[in-house]
Amino acid sequence: MIHALDEAAERLGLHIGQPLANARAMCPDLKVFDADVVADAKTLSDIADWCDRFTPLVALDPPHGLFLDITGCAHLFGGEAALLQTLVRALARQGFAVSAAIAGTSVCARTLTRQASGSIVADGGEAEAIRRFPLSALGASEAITTGLRRAGLKTIGDVASREPHEITARFGARFSMLLAHALGQGDAPISPRKPLPDYIVEKRFAEPIATDTMIAMTLSRLADTLIASMEKQGKGARRLEAAFFRTDGVVRAIMVETGRPVTRSVVVDRLFRERLDALADPLDPGFGFDMVRLSASRTEIVVQEQRDLDAHVHDNDELSALIDRIAARIGGKRVDVHLPQDTHIPERAVLAAPAQHHLAAAMQAEWPARVESEPPLRPLRLFDKPEPIKVPFATVPDGPPHQFTWRRALHAVVRVEGPERIAMEWWRQDGRQLTRDYFRIEDAEGLRFWIFRDGLYEGEAFDGDGKPVSPNWYVHGLFA
Amino acid sequence: MSGARTSALATLRGQIERIETAEVVHHRDRVALGHSEADGALKGGLARAAIHEVFCEGRQGTAATGFVMGLAGRVSARRPLLWVRQDFSEIETGALSMSGLAELGLDPRRVVMVRAADVESALRTSADALACDALGAVVLELWGETRQFDLVASRKLTLAAQSSGVTGLMLRMAAQPLPSTAETRWMLRAAHSPPGEAWTAWGAPRFDAELLRNRHGPCGRWIMEWKCDECQFSEPSTYPQPVAAAPAHRPDPAVLQRRAG
Repeated sequence: MIHALDEAAERLGLHIGQPLANARAMCPDLKVFDADVVADAKTLSDIADWCDRFTPLVALDPPHGLFLDITGCAHLFGGEAALLQTLVRALARQGFAVSAAIAGTSVCARTLTRQASGSIVADGGEAEAIRRFPLSALGASEAITTGLRRAGLKTIGDVASREPHEITARFGARFSMLLAHALGQGDAPISPRKPLPDYIVEKRFAEPIATDTMIAMTLSRLADTLIASMEKQGKGARRLEAAFFRTDGVVRAIMVETGRPVTRSVVVDRLFRERLDALADPLDPGFGFDMVRLSASRTEIVVQEQRDLDAHVHDNDELSALIDRIAARIGGKRVDVHLPQDTHIPERAVLAAPAQHHLAAAMQAEWPARVESEPPLRPLRLFDKPEPIKVPFATVPDGPPHQFTWRRALHAVVRVEGPERIAMEWWRQDGRQLTRDYFRIEDAEGLRFWIFRDGLYEGEAFDGDGKPVSPNWYVHGLFA
Repeated sequence: MSGARTSALATLRGQIERIETAEVVHHRDRVALGHSEADGALKGGLARAAIHEVFCEGRQGTAATGFVMGLAGRVSARRPLLWVRQDFSEIETGALSMSGLAELGLDPRRVVMVRAADVESALRTSADALACDALGAVVLELWGETRQFDLVASRKLTLAAQSSGVTGLMLRMAAQPLPSTAETRWMLRAAHSPPGEAWTAWGAPRFDAELLRNRHGPCGRWIMEWKCDECQFSEPSTYPQPVAAAPAHRPDPAVLQRRAG
């Protein structure tokens, strides 16, 4: 089956959807490549990245279409005609066959690209412009197109001249909607790939830049402009994105998130420097970047706080700035604060949450108070997964072991306290878990362990035949 | 000795003194640990705005963690604590448990944990953090011998700590002490609970702390106990559990016995 073909093949009379054997019969020296849908989609999305330079609103129209909403952007490129020309030329130079058109509605523009590439239709002229085109240009499903052709309606104009309710009754509301949009009556909204950033600043270069110093300088200048325009509206940035457009069409976007709104360009500058420094695959300028864009995709209203003599507020600011810097360098998921959880299962008692977003909550959290004048009841180091130990025997069936082997070393038990019985939470649906008896143990060397027996003695653990087996022992943590 | 040589020596001495005093100015700020002998050796307590190293064998890791936690609790004085550690050390010795921390009498709310993938990023993060004066202390936890933590890296950390006033604590598990610019260097082992009946409860955490290096005083080796309620170290107690104070209105039983005998 032919998935796609070039112009030469088209001239030979081959068409998409034709079985390969037939095509080979028509043209024995046909060059065939396997279709790679994933790579096609990737290329389309790369082109969409590149198209970001014209407008932030770019939507995919698979398998090989793109919608660009150029409302309010055209004048930046010298008008609609100039924009269209620039775009088509640049893409053609990169080796793509492009057909493009501008119209008041997205569906109309798509119809135009299939029949009259390069045309620009003013508002209100849609119906007239596409009247003569065959129905296939509309992009409706095969069944509808065939059905209409059988009814004797060959062009879009023919269909448009019928009463809409007739078309709807026969071919469904979706088709009549599509037709209405193509004729310029109402518009289907496109769904852009990225949400529209709140603020965008960009810098274009006649001569591509490639050196680190130039990139850093450009970024800091852009940061100044961005912050200045946000300041006017009392906003601060929570998420910033720098996009680097390479001359050969590759676009690299780098994102930085912050824990609290940024209102100083120095901070933006520093965060990006940290981020660029720590990139695993450094920014590759290739032949240079011809455009750098800085956008704030998430912003928050900043309440201007008056600095008082209480240094505490200031400290928290500095701490979160430090956390932002570290997160920009090594990743936000690697910097944690801890929140207590309402459970008595030791491994679930504490939740590690990203510090950027939960710093304030963690500082206010209520931790259970410790019992006065008791030695520590919970270990300082807790294993994520309890480690199995070998216990030869226990003095009493339900009691603690005399000695155990952990990590290939034998530990003789000198002191014991326990058991502390912790039953699993039966209301959770994560399989039946056994009751644990925890013992605090000190060995001959003075090392202190928190070990537990998984399951009551001869009460809970059973083998395949339903006979009780002796439960397993684990080390769960280590005390200081 | 010729005059030129004497004056050269004098110049050098002067230079060294200036370098040393630059540190001494900062080192006046000391925090008492609570253990009187150790405080005496440390000239009043652990110096803030400096780097302190705590070494231990691999399996003594938790004892050393407890000791470092105690030091951090003493020096940070209600300010946030940044704990930087390698991913690997978590597998080897377990994750730092915040409930365990609370049980030691320290505040888990002020702990920010950074999990670095490798030693370089851990060192870089701690150097960054030591320069931030909003913090009370920065703990860098490294497992095993590392080439990257050399004299240069250690000097960098010391300078950062001196300029900001933040205390840096290096927890080096399963590593041998190497030359560094640390103010003090400790070797940690777990100590036994005080003698008592076998198979009875243990008491507060006890450390066998050996002061291997002290830039401004003598070294020593002490058994220290961490008082969870008072949040400080102390001399080891004789009984594992806190003993109730003798009732004031009754005579001491020992005295009574002596009288009877």
